[in-house]
Amino acid sequence: MNRSLSGLLPGRSSQPGKRVLPGFALSLGISLFFISVVLILPITGLVVHTAGMGWDQYLAVITDERVVASYKVTLWTAALASVINALVGLLLAWVLVRYEFPGKRIMDALVDLPFALPTAVAGITLAALFAQDGWYGQFFSLLGIKVSFTPLGIIVAMSFTSLPFVVRTVQPVLEDQAPEDEEAAVSLGASDWTVFRRILFPAIWPALLTGFGLCFCRSLGEFGAVIFIAGNMPYVSEITSLMIFVRLQEFDHAAASAIASVVLMASLVLLLLINLWQARYLRRLHGR
Amino acid sequence: MQQRRTMRAGDQPLVKWTLIGLAIITTLLMLVIPLVLIFDMAFSAGVGNYWDNLSNQYTRHAIGLTLLVAALTVPINLVFGVFLAWLVTRFEFPGRKVLITLIDIPFAVSPVVAGLLYLLLYGSNGWIGSWLTENDVQLMFSWPGIVMVTVFVTCPFVARELIPLMQQQGGEEEEAGVVLGANGWQLFRRITLPNIQWALLYGVVLTNARAVGEFGAVSVVSGNIRGETNTLSLHVELLYQDYNVVGAFAAASLLAGIALITIVVKSFVEWRQARQRAPLDELSDGR
Repeated sequence: MNRSLSGLLPGRSSQPGKRVLPGFALSLGISLFFISVVLILPITGLVVHTAGMGWDQYLAVITDERVVASYKVTLWTAALASVINALVGLLLAWVLVRYEFPGKRIMDALVDLPFALPTAVAGITLAALFAQDGWYGQFFSLLGIKVSFTPLGIIVAMSFTSLPFVVRTVQPVLEDQAPEDEEAAVSLGASDWTVFRRILFPAIWPALLTGFGLCFCRSLGEFGAVIFIAGNMPYVSEITSLMIFVRLQEFDHAAASAIASVVLMASLVLLLLINLWQARYLRRLHGR
Repeated sequence: MQQRRTMRAGDQPLVKWTLIGLAIITTLLMLVIPLVLIFDMAFSAGVGNYWDNLSNQYTRHAIGLTLLVAALTVPINLVFGVFLAWLVTRFEFPGRKVLITLIDIPFAVSPVVAGLLYLLLYGSNGWIGSWLTENDVQLMFSWPGIVMVTVFVTCPFVARELIPLMQQQGGEEEEAGVVLGANGWQLFRRITLPNIQWALLYGVVLTNARAVGEFGAVSVVSGNIRGETNTLSLHVELLYQDYNVVGAFAAASLLAGIALITIVVKSFVEWRQARQRAPLDELSDGR
């Protein structure tokens, strides 16, 4: 289709579909300039900065006991928050796609709130909700559970800020799901659980995994929402992003950038994996 | 077994209403009540106190700085986003996919790391920073640094909204315009812009919401100087650390208001796009 009109242009018939539209050089120039200056240059700066440190010092900084404790806390809380969001996200996506009920439009709109709400605002709000005498905290303290100033608080904050990812990745796939297979299965007497396990889950799990990956990636880097509720106790509830911040406030730029390089590498690898996964999964989807 | 032919999984009333009930409870607990709490806390000492908190000179300064940051960041990323989307959806060239992946970097990078990247480069010990210091230019710990990291953090939003839409629309309409003799600006103004205006609006609103609310990256490069380099988000933190919780929530309520406007605009944009697509869907169904 793209080539149909370009053939009509004088002098272009020899290279069909090639750059009929104007602005290639201009948009390429602007995009490359912007990406180089805004994204690539600062990242190169970090690499050069850490390269100047020397291997031994670098290793010593990134394997420091307190820093390693922060990796562990960040990783397991982010993983748990993503599991929670996979379940909650699936529930919300399912209900929003499959059912009609009063308030559905409002629910759909509200799902995006965590993306729109500044993280510092989310942070103080969750801290107030889960404080000992807070709206939620009082019930938890009756049960003897402490959320504020514990890793549990970190999970709460991470779940809140990354809630929309799974909903928004699973929703379109559920919408595209053709009803025939399901209707056939149901009319043959299959239970809801069987239909879900045998028909729906195989269709939506790639999207569910993408959403999980995005959640996890976002949770690893979350800062604003977490620091207000976590209590930030070294070895217990201190996340890696905060560790970088602490080193910076000690004016130890070398240590801060070493830890940051680990975090940056982890998030770039994760980003690449999610992108490759999505490309593969989309190709399979279109290949059918 | 008497079942309607159109029965699908989860259509039994018991299952259906249980799931809807669970979803409504989740939404209330995770989204609605937190939102209510912000305004409840902000007004907990009365409307007069709320007003005093907002008209305090430091809060006014923070609002002004935040608006300045948004006013500079949004146009920069708007222009960049439109050019990038045009580039990757209207042309095939080697490295196109790499560009699309690169633009996602700010989504993946922790905001604190983002702030640090700029601090290392433009701070007084950095490559560029040391040269700037010699020439008496200070970017970090002042407002230009805040703008720079905010541009970094928010640069994917406009492009990310436009790319899927422009990909789906294809370039035929613009090609027809070229055949009819339109120049680049006319093409954009008369054909592309009307097609993408709603997605563009949402991209701008998202960029704005994030620019106004960015916290992690900004707190690394701002230096938190009260009345000088304090944005609204940082001001919320400062008040909270000062045990002025009501004041913190008063400032936070402004940011929550912007967030609410953002999601209302999103709903409106989706409604417009659905309406735009509806006649096309009917056409393709009729075939």
